[in-house]
Amino acid sequence: MTGTQPAPGPLLDVRDLSVAYRSRGGLREIVSGVSLSLDAGQTLGLVGESGCGKSTLAAALLGHLRAGARVTSGEVLVDGESLFAAPPARLRALRGGTVALVPQNAGHALTPTMRVGHQVREVLRVHRGLTGEAADAEAAVLFAQVRLPQPRVLLGRYPHELSGGQQQRVAIAMALAGNPRLLVLDEPTTGLDVVTQAGVLDLLNGIRRELGVAMVLVSHDLGVVSAACDRVAVMYAGRLVERGDTQATYDRPTHPYTRGLVASVPSLAEPGLPAAMPGTPPQPGSDLPGCSFAARCALVEDRCTTGGAPELLLLPPQPEAPSGDGHHSACLRAEEVRALPPEVRETHQRGARVGDTAPVLVSLRDVAVDYRPRRARSQGAPTVAGIDLDIRRGETLALVGESGSGKSTLAWTIAGLRAPSAGTLVLQDGEAGTEDLARPAARRPPGLRKRLQLVFQNADTSLNPRRVVSDALRRPLRVFAQDGAAPLGERVDALLDDVGLDRELGGRLPGQLSGGQRQRVGIARALAAGPDLVLADEVVSALDVSVQASVLRLLDRLRTERGITYLFISHDLAVVRSIADRVAVLYLGRLCEVGDVEAVFSGPNHPYTRMLLDAVLEPGVRPEPGERRPVEEPESAPPEAGCPFQRRCPHALPGTCDSVTPPWRDAEGGHRIRCHLELDVLASTTADTKELEAS
Amino acid sequence: MTRTITERAPGRLRQTWGALRGSPSAMTGAVLVALHLVIALAAPLLAPDSPVRNNALETLQSPSLSHLAGTDQYGRDILSRTLYGGRLALSVSLSATVLAVGLGAAVGCLAAYRRGWLDDVVMRVVDAILAVPPVLALLVIVTVLGTDPVVIVLAVTVVYGPGVVRVVRAAALDVVPRDYVTAARARGEGTFSVLLRDIGPNVLDVVLVEFAMRASWVVLLISSLSFLGFGANPPTPDWGLMVSENRSMLAVAPWTSIAPIIALSTLVIGLNMAADGLAKALGVDRAHGGAA
Amino acid sequence: MSRYIARRLLLALVTIWLASLGVFLAVQALPGDVTTQILGQNATRANVAALRAELGLDESPWRRYLDWMSGMLHGDFGSSLVNHASVGAEVGLRLRNTMLLAGVTVVLGVSLALVLGVVAGLYRDRWPDLAISSLSLVGMSMPEFVIATVLVLLFSINIPLFPAVVTAGPDARLGDLLPAIWLPSIALTVVMAAYIIRMLRTSVIDVMASEFVTTARLKGISPARVVLRHALPSALLPTLNVIAMNIAWLVGGVVVVESVFNYPGVGLLTIDAVHNRDLPVIQTIAVLGAATYVLCNLAADLAAMALNPRLRTNRRTA
Repeated sequence: MTGTQPAPGPLLDVRDLSVAYRSRGGLREIVSGVSLSLDAGQTLGLVGESGCGKSTLAAALLGHLRAGARVTSGEVLVDGESLFAAPPARLRALRGGTVALVPQNAGHALTPTMRVGHQVREVLRVHRGLTGEAADAEAAVLFAQVRLPQPRVLLGRYPHELSGGQQQRVAIAMALAGNPRLLVLDEPTTGLDVVTQAGVLDLLNGIRRELGVAMVLVSHDLGVVSAACDRVAVMYAGRLVERGDTQATYDRPTHPYTRGLVASVPSLAEPGLPAAMPGTPPQPGSDLPGCSFAARCALVEDRCTTGGAPELLLLPPQPEAPSGDGHHSACLRAEEVRALPPEVRETHQRGARVGDTAPVLVSLRDVAVDYRPRRARSQGAPTVAGIDLDIRRGETLALVGESGSGKSTLAWTIAGLRAPSAGTLVLQDGEAGTEDLARPAARRPPGLRKRLQLVFQNADTSLNPRRVVSDALRRPLRVFAQDGAAPLGERVDALLDDVGLDRELGGRLPGQLSGGQRQRVGIARALAAGPDLVLADEVVSALDVSVQASVLRLLDRLRTERGITYLFISHDLAVVRSIADRVAVLYLGRLCEVGDVEAVFSGPNHPYTRMLLDAVLEPGVRPEPGERRPVEEPESAPPEAGCPFQRRCPHALPGTCDSVTPPWRDAEGGHRIRCHLELDVLASTTADTKELEAS
Repeated sequence: MTRTITERAPGRLRQTWGALRGSPSAMTGAVLVALHLVIALAAPLLAPDSPVRNNALETLQSPSLSHLAGTDQYGRDILSRTLYGGRLALSVSLSATVLAVGLGAAVGCLAAYRRGWLDDVVMRVVDAILAVPPVLALLVIVTVLGTDPVVIVLAVTVVYGPGVVRVVRAAALDVVPRDYVTAARARGEGTFSVLLRDIGPNVLDVVLVEFAMRASWVVLLISSLSFLGFGANPPTPDWGLMVSENRSMLAVAPWTSIAPIIALSTLVIGLNMAADGLAKALGVDRAHGGAA
Repeated sequence: MSRYIARRLLLALVTIWLASLGVFLAVQALPGDVTTQILGQNATRANVAALRAELGLDESPWRRYLDWMSGMLHGDFGSSLVNHASVGAEVGLRLRNTMLLAGVTVVLGVSLALVLGVVAGLYRDRWPDLAISSLSLVGMSMPEFVIATVLVLLFSINIPLFPAVVTAGPDARLGDLLPAIWLPSIALTVVMAAYIIRMLRTSVIDVMASEFVTTARLKGISPARVVLRHALPSALLPTLNVIAMNIAWLVGGVVVVESVFNYPGVGLLTIDAVHNRDLPVIQTIAVLGAATYVLCNLAADLAAMALNPRLRTNRRTA
């Protein structure tokens, strides 16, 4: 029970913690010598890319280690008590009562056979002694606190009956139920739509203000951390490399890794491709002399690779820096790094600007695709409908939308993997006329098939795990056998060179490559056919941010070298900003807005686009406390008539938006918006929506 | 250009073999099975006596130096009969399992990939065959067509094949939606090519474990058939038949049954241990047990 | 929900019909028929022909099938070709006996297996698990006739506790069968429990390693509650299917055990019927077996739905 007086000293005190797990070669360290502390009410963000050990550290904050892992040194103190030395009964009291976990994937973390209300009540009973009606009432209060609609009703639901955002909020409520003083959140917004994510983070901020709960938020996303945490600690290869105030860390990083990380995040405000960090992070558990970042560091010196790993040292405070714990860095040249000017984001040459005069490559008119089973088609509306779109030669057209928007469906339809239920799709072949794309891939002539290629999102499932990499490249080469020329082996090697991979990797299995490398192979596979149009389906979404930048650069380079046209599908507006020429926004399978990237990102905008833009989290930008966002739920089925956005639009006109299909409004330079509102109203809604929400 | 050479992890075959070697139970199982195979093959060299020669003078002798496992009611040396006894059971079981699993896997993959009416028909037929009690089906087939080993192999294939279809189809259904299969489809590759290159290798794990599991069931089934008198015919030495023949003398001459019982049990235990080890090494979820 | 059950029942009927058709076709190909069994090898052709006409065997196979089907739908399963007794009555009697045996086995076996399986899963790789797993491995590796034989050797011959064979006939009162039921039941329990234990053990291990169980543990609730309320319901789910399959097997397929103990159940009748080419009996047993299998499947799926709320709703957004 948490009724005792808090002990003096920090609420959370991690002292030189090292965690290792037993593996074939002996002990592998995943967390090395981490020290950090947190006082009541503070928030700390733990940032790092995959494999850096942050999830292990997060679990250790509850005294939990995965099977086979051990603490090899150091300790974790919560409220003065050492977690790993605590007897089981004491540990149970602390878990949930003093420190609670909000797990990463709430869908998997909630017991599927138990109603969510019961799962919350368990915590209430164990840590606060509440049962029966009192427990029910308190559970409803908690649900209301996390902004869940109809709390009493939701108590009786099962986890699978809730949406992703609702599940996550239930998990938060469950964690708060024990009145903990510290919350540990492990990637709390992964897998959530960008609008839902913004809502959840806003909720977390609200909770912190209202309840004074301290938080450790683990994330790979700098934007998320900026939005919710005062302080940040950056992890790399199991060690902390920097620790300090979030804003200061972002503005003036003191470690080359942090600097590189910040520079590789695409930004809405700054156009151009982000810089890429050379190399890849070391494998977890590998033991390197000196600084683990040395192999990738531009500022490396001899002293960096000799001796032990550099310690996290307190830096002399900056005059304008906020007071507090101070700023720590593990770089031997920290002061120099801090003094470096911000990395100039090279407005990477995006190839010659593709204007309206460029010839059209693929043309879609009134295309509809219906996913529903035949029985259900008599009512409602098709999954995707009314698509009028031109893809011009040599451009990168971005297709933007949240999950369920139909963007993948559309791409697959163009590739011939789904049949359109209406409309025309044609490939313009110049003098050779047009080719109908409404046929399935199997029925298209090979000459047509090779011209459109897909690259997939999930590197794990896009390559056959039982076949070596070169096989994945050889097969399309064989199928689209360009006559004679060089033997297959040489052409495979050439493809690997083109995407910047070592030729030796051709003989490896996909499981032996990193995520970024696998994605490059996927791109090479698409290139093997010699396509005109590449449909890139969320190709960077699953990659670490530093790897993402290098893949984006690769794509752009290939475009200028080979004149490839891209249909670039993404939900991430910042990525779109950096790579696209034109943008098309989809909501529930209908187009809302199409235009040049500059025009779309400066306004006026469709209300949905506006909502997406407002939800983007920029690293280094802290949302004002006044803004209170409702936590939106993504919808699943398009309405039968009228505008697809009618149910969520803050400016919906009753009587019009729910029955009449909105017209296309032309703004300048080919920018079109599909809305009932007039353009000048849309241009001014930017200010309006913010006022509405604040009231 | 960045050189990004990651440490080369061992290939799958070596990984599997390493995992198998690390498990004492799996190795024991494999050794037992191998031993049985060797004995069955080398029986003519190993057996001290003829397995079928009657000897009225030496009936029902308890184990002694001249007859290490004793003799049965016809004076035949039990050790020799036991050494020979596995030949029929092993050859029939292995061929039946290979056929059942091979065909079943092929049909299962095809149904999972093509879906549509083919899948529906296949599943209806599979369900219908699975509904018939296996022993009844086997008895009927064997009575209709005789106890020829070929018949038994075909009968077992008919009775056990559908179960394999179901299991492999379920595994293939997981593989079919994966992007690399989609990529092959988008290239316009034919069904056979996709099955062979993309789907097959990725369900191989499941198929191998099915094979090991089913092999043990088939051995049990065939020995039960022989026990009931529907399998091997006297005077063929066969373990099931031996237990049946000597059952009436259990009280007075238990050794006549013990040797074949030990032989049979060790073979099946070995198969099951090997199957367990294989499943663990390959990471296959064996969560679908079931009798017969 | 009722629509779902109705649809499943319809499918079940189709499956049973297909199965019965298959068996009928296979059985039709039986060489030599009942007449030669009854009259012996030296029967004259005239006698054979007469007997065949009397038994209705001279009609076309399709006619016979239709007759049988229509009869079955009226509850009349025909008469045995061997002794002219009503097939329905005879099979019914045997079924009653087999159900007794099955009932005892299920009660013994399932309760034992549930406990042992969970224990094995929770104490993975420690001595309770090693003991239980080894025993189940042996249990499922021995053929039923071996287990039966060993049991007889131990508990009938060496320690005269139970009778080695059942002497009561098929129409014996249930009470008469009870003393003889234990050895066959134990034999069946060994095999059945082994499969269930292994299945449950794997399931428990998987579930205990799952994310929601870890989350439950990190909430600070007691380990007992974590196992009972969070882990077990999910762990039991896959086991339902195995249990259902085993029940179906107990009703339709325990030929070997019944043969060893001479227990007057359906299994023993099967052997006799096949031996005698008694078509109506064979067909009826096949239909009975198929029906049991299909119904057990349905019951398992319904029970799974009761335990797993996720299966109850047809389509939900994830």
